[in-house]
This record gives sequence, C-alpha cells and structure tokens, in this order.
Amino acid sequence: MERQISTPKPKKSFMDRLKGREGQKWLVIITFMFAPLLLLFVFTYLPFAKMVQFSFYNMKYIGPMKFVGLKNYIDVFQRDDCFKSLIVSVYYMGGAVVQLALALFFASLMVFKVKGSSFFKGAMFFPYLICGIAVGFIFKFFYARGFVLDSILQIFGMNQENIPMWLQDKSINNISLAATSVWRYTGQNMILFLGAMMSVDADLYEAASLDGANKWHQFRYIILPSIKSIVVLNLILSISGSLSAFEPPYVITNGTMGTGTYFVIMNRIAHENQKVGLACAMAIVLLAIIVVCTVAQKLFFKYVFDDGTSDESKAAVRKRKKAEKAAKKVGQI
Amino acid sequence: MMKQTKVLSVFFSIFKYVMLIAAALIALIPVCVCVLTAFKTTEEYNNTSVLDLPESFMNFDNFKEAFQVANMLRGFVNTGVVLVVVLTASVFIGAMLAYVLNRFKFKGNGLIQNLFMFAALIPGIATQVTVYQIMYSLGLINHLYGYMIVLMGTDIISIYIFLQFFENLPVSLDESAIVDGCTYFGVFFKILFPLLKPAIVTSLVLKGVGVYNEYYMANLYLQKEELKTISTALYKFTGPYGNQYNYICAGVLITIIPIFILFLIFQKQVYGGMAAGAVKG
Repeated sequence: MERQISTPKPKKSFMDRLKGREGQKWLVIITFMFAPLLLLFVFTYLPFAKMVQFSFYNMKYIGPMKFVGLKNYIDVFQRDDCFKSLIVSVYYMGGAVVQLALALFFASLMVFKVKGSSFFKGAMFFPYLICGIAVGFIFKFFYARGFVLDSILQIFGMNQENIPMWLQDKSINNISLAATSVWRYTGQNMILFLGAMMSVDADLYEAASLDGANKWHQFRYIILPSIKSIVVLNLILSISGSLSAFEPPYVITNGTMGTGTYFVIMNRIAHENQKVGLACAMAIVLLAIIVVCTVAQKLFFKYVFDDGTSDESKAAVRKRKKAEKAAKKVGQI
Repeated sequence: MMKQTKVLSVFFSIFKYVMLIAAALIALIPVCVCVLTAFKTTEEYNNTSVLDLPESFMNFDNFKEAFQVANMLRGFVNTGVVLVVVLTASVFIGAMLAYVLNRFKFKGNGLIQNLFMFAALIPGIATQVTVYQIMYSLGLINHLYGYMIVLMGTDIISIYIFLQFFENLPVSLDESAIVDGCTYFGVFFKILFPLLKPAIVTSLVLKGVGVYNEYYMANLYLQKEELKTISTALYKFTGPYGNQYNYICAGVLITIIPIFILFLIFQKQVYGGMAAGAVKG
C-alpha cells in the first residue's frame, strides 16, 4: 500500500484542532463508505456466501433443502449439458483470439495516417454499442436459411445447396455464434489498442522514420512494445468473457443444437428447472476458473515486467524506456 | 532504392484501404440489411430478396407497429429513468468511496480495496441465482427502484476509474484547502469533485452503455409489463413475430437509433472513455 497517501497531518500550530480533525475524518469515512459497503455486502458477498452454502444442497427456491455434499460439483463435470457447455466456451475463446488479432491488425493500420479514419473507426466500433438482444436478432436474421448471408454468398456465385445451415449444422453453428461476438467486440478492442499506441510519443515515429525505419520496423520496435501489456490483459479478460457468453446463443438458438454456453445452461438450470444447488455449484466452478486465470495473469505480469508489483505506471515507464531504446536501435540500422 | 520504397508504400496504402473498407463493410452490412428490411411491407418482404431495396424509405408502418406492440415508449421511459438515477448515483458513490480510500489511512482500508477487487472478478450473471432470493426477501422484485439498487450494487467499474484518477490528483490540493479552513466535506465537494470531470465522463460512458444494454437482470427483476426496459421490450419479438423480420428489424432499429445519435455527438468522449477505462481492465 505504498501508493496510499497519508492523511494531511495537522501541523503543530493546529494541535488544538486535532481532535476536531480526527473526529471529522471518521465522519467522512463513515458517511462516504456506508452506501457502497452496504451494497457490496448485500449484492456481492451475501449472495456469494449463500452460493457456497447452497452448492452443497439439493433444493429449489422454495421448499425443503437436502444436504448432498459434493454431488452437485460432481454433476457439473458429469452431466452432459454442463460439461458440454464448457467445451462450447472453447469456440468463444477461439473467437476471442481471432478478435484480438484482428483488432491488433486494424489498430496498427489505423495508427498510420488514414483518410477517413473516423469513419472506419466509427463503423468498426459501433457494433459494440448495440445491445446484446438486438445483436441476437440481427444475426438470427443474418444467418437464417436463404436470408442475408446466403444471399450474399449467392451473389458471389455459391449454390444454395453448397451453403451449410449456419445455425442447425452442429459442426459449424458454434462458430457462427462465436463470430457474432467477434463482430461485436473487435472494434472496441481496436479502440483500446489504438489508444495505447497513440500514447506513444509521436516524435518517436518521426525520429524513427527520419532514421530510415520502415513500417515493419516501426511496428516491431515501437508499437508492439507499447501495447504488450494491454494485449495480454485483454487476452486473459477474454477467457472470462468467453465463459460468460450469454446473449447471442440465448436469442439466436436458445441453446439448442448443442450451442448452449455455460450461462445459457446455468440460466436454464437455475430458473427453469429450479435446481438451485446445481446452478450454484456451476457458478462456483466458473468463479474458480476465473480466479485461476487472474492469478496466472498477475504472475505473468510479475515475470514479464519483473518489477515486483503489478503497478501499471511502473510497467508503463519500462515500456517507454524500452520503446526509446528500440527507437535508438532502429536508428542504428 | 528510393523507387523501391515508394512502390512498396503505394502497395501498403492500397492494401491498407482494401482491408479497412472490407472491415467497415462487414461491420455495417448486418445492420444495413436490417435497415432495408425494416422499410418493407409484409408483402414486399415475402416476395423480394433481403438484399433488394425497399419500394419506399418513407414506409414507417413497421416502426409504428413495432413501437406499439413491444410498448417501446414505456421501455424508453423506464430505461431513461433508470439511466439518470443509476448514473448519478454511481458517479457520487464511486467518487466518494475512491476519495476516502485514496486519501485516508485507516485500519481496513487495504482490506476494503481488496474486497472490491475480488468482487470485480465475479461475473454478474453467476451470482444472480442467490441475488434473486435476496431481492425477493427484501421485496425489491418488480419495482423500478429495486432494479436501480441492484445495478448500483454491482458497480465496480466506476470505483476503479475514480480510484485511479485520485492517484494523479496531488494531495497538496487538499492540504492547502485544509490550511485555509476547509472541512473534508468541503475539500471533496468544492475542490476535488469539479476536477474529476474526465473520470466522470469515462464512468458515464462505460456505465451508460452497460445499463442501456443490460438484459439479464431487467428480465429477472422487472417482470411486470409496465416495467419493461428497452432490451426486455425488444426480447418480446422472439414470440409472436417469429419470422416476420420486417417488424423485428424495425424494433431493433428503434433501440439502436438513440444510442447511434448519442455516439455521433459524443464520439470523442466515447473513445476517450473506452481507452481510459481499459488501463486496468
């Protein structure tokens, strides 16, 4: 907690006010923290504690509870629907990797001068602002037999018979659905990466290009180092994002034909089948996976930027230093 | 040598624009086809290809129908009220909490920060199984204020943004105000709060997009017809309209138009907000 800034200590001439100050300090602390802490307790930690408790019971929302030990957890991995949904998440993780790669690619194109860049940025970013349900409908229409995607492919000379059923064919329907996530989030990721790239001093690019560095050198030695940490961070965030994919399959296929993601199945188990205990166990398993990923991320940062803390600003300083060094290197080529 | 680089850079330019145009097309086509379809009469819709232009772009019947069937007006009013209340509350809650956690040293400060950090890891939908029970026993289900409270309760993004921002505000500001006889409340409301503007914009953008698009909790906690928000109102189209996409597309566009206009006006702030919110995920 070295970042903590201590209370402005009253100097000796204020000794008479010390008591008042101390009292006032606590008054501020209590009034300002009361609401957020109460909300945090009631809507996060109390539900969390109950979730842990319920996960050991066989129960509905109303009615008797029966202690079943670890049976719910065993079920999560043995029931066909639960376990399969974890595998479905792999498609979304694959989608997330594609999405990050595309975002990175387009951000690095945009970092150079582009005519009409605000149009391209806006067009790619806008899908992010559309609500999940609307995205669901748009793509239900897009993929429907004989509709948008099929018509476009026919323009390019494909035969209707050769076009697969995008949502019914079990070998590709999860890819179709994961693609909607790619469509929705690529632009947003691009904006994030672009922001990080732009934070590099513009002089660096100028100096580098004066020294004869070509675009590839600029990318390799200036851009890439400046965004490494944000790319890694987003890669790890996208794992929990993939596990929590919900709206596209919920609207488009309602989880049928083997497209049920973890949350779609959990939603069904919790609110339609009312197997509250099992749903809680699923939630805990998901949380455990996310915690493991987060710890892995922290460790990764520790090793990559081995400065002993995950302090972003220190990492940023290191990044800048690296970039400067790189610029020098480029200059020497 | 010189010539070669020039040729290369021309190639690079062509490549760049081809890629960008392709990406923009892929991003826009699904929405554009929706626009075309929304203007078609049912007869036209049944008899033409989805890529054909509608006979007239002045045919607003589908929009009228969609607006009424899904009771979109109600949805807009409800979503609007929720947005105003939740955004205002989260700005104050986030800023006040961040002020206390950043400026005062006291026992439990680190613990509280860690509690919020851990809470950020729990995905929203996961805990709703038991939050539902708590909402039920508190009598908050089927009340707009109940939904607002639960949205405020899961607000961890804004707290982070403000915490980060406070770290860059020099403590000397507080100190000099205190020397001048300002109270801590005064320091916060008169001196620091006005300086938080960039952080406020960031949190409004991120939280605003999240609240406008929120579906899961609205569906769980606002089940009465007159309490539907925009996204739950839109979901109604899964039922009776099954395959009448000309109506569905009109409904989808009605929900997109307000956010599209806001985006055009506040583009810079939106991008800025996104980038600033990303630093710590």
